[in-house]
Amino acid sequence: MADPRTKTLGETLRRHGVSRRGFLKFCTATASMMALPPSMVPAVAAALDKASRPSVIWLSFQECTGCTESLTRSHSPTLESLIFDHISLDYHHTLQVASGHAAEKAREEAMHANHGNYLVVVDGSIPLGNPGYSTTAGVSNLQTLEETVAGAAAVIAVGTCAAFGGLPKAYPNPTGAVAVRDIVHDKPVINVSGCPPIPMVITGVLAHYLTFGTLPQLDQYGRPMNFYGTSIHDRCYRRPFYDKGLFADTFDDEGARKGWCLYKLGCKGPMTYNACATAKWNEGTSWPVESGHGCLGCSEPNFWDAGGFYNALSIPVGEVSRSVSYAAAAGLAVGAAAAGLNSRAKAKAKKNHGTVTVDDLEKKS
Amino acid sequence: MNESMDFLLWARGTAFDVAVAIFVIGVIIRLFEIVSLGRANNLAEPKGSEFGPGMKTIVTRTLPEAGVFKRQPLTVIGGYVFHFGLLISLFLFIPHIELFAATFGFSWPGLPNPIVDAAAVLGIVGLLAVLWHRLTNPVMKILTEKEDYLVWLLTFLPLLTGYLAYHRLVNPYPFILGLHILSVELLLVLFPFTKLMHTFTLFLARWYNGAMNGRRGVES
Repeated sequence: MADPRTKTLGETLRRHGVSRRGFLKFCTATASMMALPPSMVPAVAAALDKASRPSVIWLSFQECTGCTESLTRSHSPTLESLIFDHISLDYHHTLQVASGHAAEKAREEAMHANHGNYLVVVDGSIPLGNPGYSTTAGVSNLQTLEETVAGAAAVIAVGTCAAFGGLPKAYPNPTGAVAVRDIVHDKPVINVSGCPPIPMVITGVLAHYLTFGTLPQLDQYGRPMNFYGTSIHDRCYRRPFYDKGLFADTFDDEGARKGWCLYKLGCKGPMTYNACATAKWNEGTSWPVESGHGCLGCSEPNFWDAGGFYNALSIPVGEVSRSVSYAAAAGLAVGAAAAGLNSRAKAKAKKNHGTVTVDDLEKKS
Repeated sequence: MNESMDFLLWARGTAFDVAVAIFVIGVIIRLFEIVSLGRANNLAEPKGSEFGPGMKTIVTRTLPEAGVFKRQPLTVIGGYVFHFGLLISLFLFIPHIELFAATFGFSWPGLPNPIVDAAAVLGIVGLLAVLWHRLTNPVMKILTEKEDYLVWLLTFLPLLTGYLAYHRLVNPYPFILGLHILSVELLLVLFPFTKLMHTFTLFLARWYNGAMNGRRGVES
């Protein structure tokens, strides 16, 4: 039996009992997700079949493990999860058996053996406020990241915390959390944002890397265009209701039961770029808007601070009612003071008002 | 890295609070000023009543007058089209109504988006027409001050950016939405200090004109 480290993806999949038909179906889906023409499917299949196992080091910083949960427990066993199984995951806090020095040794060995070729997956943000806020084996997250990234081919920032800072960075950001891109400047960083990201999207990025040996085209936030190219709003099946002006006002009114648009209930779909509406979740069962809840905008930077989740996108972040009341009170006070001054000036003018007769005028001239 | 989102959050947060404060304080002080100054004591004997002619003038000066329409049809048509387009876009677009509901605690029904969209286009076309009229008509040129162009721009920008944002013609969306909100904030900040105040004073001014003429016994 071949060394598992040198086995190709095709061999791994066949060993798991995946048929040729099933593999090609996956390749077709992957090609379409990567926005490649159907003629590219055989090329994708051939490349993936021969792809060798890339070494992957997974670093977890200030995170909740939700991203790992999303990827590993979403709907196994599927071809996505097998792709995930196929990579040589040499270091991952949560999933690896080894612990302590053995675990750190595994990371160092992988870094040494695959220098310049391994991928680093990061989930979680990095605290800059105080190195002690988050450490692994007594080493700060910043130091671990800088060390590990030095010999990497590329970095994949999985989840909104790694991509944009996420929850740890939310106001008032007590740990001084930053995103991977704020620290890593000399290596390609792909942001796979989402809280958590869609499992298909991270396997899609891996599949792209395995197929072409390159990284996909990125948008202005460093996210793969093929998954984050269109907004939730533009791909939403409830969009016709938005255009018609049919909105649910509460979560259990007639509009909600009829599946009308959730804009008034705080859906952030118009500002959110992700593939939920097309890729869906739980083996294509559903996605947030389909289940009757508005989009939270979890794949966007600073989404925790973007106003209440249940406030419409057009409502300002602050307490607008309160600002208006205070401003009105201030205006009334100043206005009343000005009115008082005016009436005093008028009373004075009235008091000093003198009458002039025709005789007076003639005397003067 | 996250500029456009940070910009949107700033426009929806701090900038909005500041703009609303300046707008509300400014408008209330100016209204107080106008009302509390009152009118100079008129010692002349009144030749007619004030109230009736005042109320009548509110109506007559709101409706187009035949003579003006014949001489300056573009002023009348452009003015009406733009004002109705603007008011429909502002008060009957559902995301805007949500903002008013969050601010004042009550709301009203909106119009379907395609109708609001058409109104916004009419508003933009109307504004362009009145600008063209200002630039080409010799009488309008004499009457136009710098402030008129400023006020025109302040009104035009929210309509234009709103149209671009609604149709998602600029990427990324948070940037154009932030720009739209910022353009409205600019309008709010300069509102109390420019002739945009006519929004609140027009009926008062029309009544006053009619009442003064009524007192003198002349028609208005």
